[in-house]
Amino acid sequence: MTVLVIADHDNAELGESTRAAVTAAKKIGGDVHVLVAGKDAGAVAEAAAKVDGVAKVFHADAEPLEKQLAEAMETLVLGLADDYDAILAPATTTGKNFMPRIAAKLDVMQISDIASVEDAETFIRPIYAGNAMMTVKSSDKKKVITVRPTTFEKAGDQDSAASVETIDAPEAAAASRFVSEELSESDRPELASAKIVISGGRGMGNGENFQILERVADKLNAAVGASRAAVDAGFVPNDYQVGQTGKVVAPELYIAVGISGAIQHLAGMKDSKVIVAINKDEEAPIFEVADYGLVADLFDAVPAFEEEIGKIGY
Amino acid sequence: MKILVPVKRVVDYNVKVRVKPDQSGVDLANVKMSMNPFCEIAVEEAIRMKENGLAEEVVAVSIGSQQAQETIRTALAMGADRGIHIVTDETVEPLAVAKILKGVVDEESPDLVILGKQAIDDDSNATGQMLAALLGWPQATFASKVEKDGDELKVTREIDGGLQTVGMSTPAIITTDLRLNEPRYASLPNIMKAKRKPIDQKSPDDFDVDIAPRLEVLKVTEPPKRKGGVKVESVAELVDKLKNEAGVL
Repeated sequence: MTVLVIADHDNAELGESTRAAVTAAKKIGGDVHVLVAGKDAGAVAEAAAKVDGVAKVFHADAEPLEKQLAEAMETLVLGLADDYDAILAPATTTGKNFMPRIAAKLDVMQISDIASVEDAETFIRPIYAGNAMMTVKSSDKKKVITVRPTTFEKAGDQDSAASVETIDAPEAAAASRFVSEELSESDRPELASAKIVISGGRGMGNGENFQILERVADKLNAAVGASRAAVDAGFVPNDYQVGQTGKVVAPELYIAVGISGAIQHLAGMKDSKVIVAINKDEEAPIFEVADYGLVADLFDAVPAFEEEIGKIGY
Repeated sequence: MKILVPVKRVVDYNVKVRVKPDQSGVDLANVKMSMNPFCEIAVEEAIRMKENGLAEEVVAVSIGSQQAQETIRTALAMGADRGIHIVTDETVEPLAVAKILKGVVDEESPDLVILGKQAIDDDSNATGQMLAALLGWPQATFASKVEKDGDELKVTREIDGGLQTVGMSTPAIITTDLRLNEPRYASLPNIMKAKRKPIDQKSPDDFDVDIAPRLEVLKVTEPPKRKGGVKVESVAELVDKLKNEAGVL
């Protein structure tokens, strides 16, 4: 049994979600190899070699791999696939984009967004926006799997680094090309891996009001998230969205402010360790999952919260 | 340009589903069903491309039981020109759906296939990518904007850090994200008109596709329940509990 994990990264740093995928790979068993595909991503390959449980790293460096476009990744991974019993990638937008292409080419059914590894053939994954958990047994010879990063521990570092082997990258696929990117800039921690997340919904009223959440976030070193309603209303960019169709987060503390708690939002945050809801509607469904609920006007409560955490040293 | 739009009939997004006591699945008896929201966005986008003179014909296709015909009628009422219904009572996994759709593409030769990015029942997010792979076509997934630029389609994609734009030649595959457009409601006259639009019926056998599932469902269970929490009276009490009781501050 040998398992290949495809690393998630931005060519500079190894994504934390890769460490979660390595943990899932270790549970499947056998040797764990990691593929780092990118451009000038040598530092990432070195970081991947240090991750606990990794036996070998393949490093492919080429222009077409810079953005891990699906067409280029398909060719690269298929070239390695013969040697592996399972191929895993984190269920980030990048992994979700290229993995099903690889599965189809290998004629196997992808197992998407697994939350648990039962054995080398049996996995648990959420369906219906997380309202049911499905245990599936795969009859395919090779398993192609995307891993929900929030439900697996992040593998730490090991004492001695694994070897890094450079491999050839495929030619660029002519049919598609990268044009441009528009990334949200923030000094706050990344939403998917933050220990504390404070999210706003339609109740925030407008985009400027998000500043009161940002001030709290800056004090707590938290990430700021949002419900779909807040994103659709244009209060914040779409990559803030937490939910079935946005990001799935599971921080230590999730603070939902002015969010009613629709099924689709709960799908993205109900595995948080402690959930706090601040809402003036005491009937809001968010209170059914909140560990601590405060029925109050958020425009009074959030500034007061900022003041109170100041008193305990934030 | 001819556009093919696959649509799926799923549990309505507002329904809180219940797991069956025997753990064999989710109880779908007497539950409201609708077109998958991402598929609606795909239909809307195809119709807008037609209205803007970019496409001549929009064909809606669905795979499923007799009732899936209602979903195709909905797409026709929104403005699709005709439908194809591949009738089967089996559960068809994304890989098999992609293989059947490849058969449909081979027969219909569309220039573009627009799918939803995921179905809100199985949450796989795989069919569009699999179809692109089987056809050897380029793909732009999670699209929030589609523009024609010369011979190229420029598609803005929603990615984890923000937005990314890719250019691709046709034929190609696009999967839709929520922010691509706001789907229209079908008017009553259009619903009546849709009843006269043609729907071809076919079976998976017509495409020589084995639809046997690769994933055996051992059981479907309730997710762990969160225990009921407490309501606090003041912000000071909240911060105190977070610090001293929960230990997260």
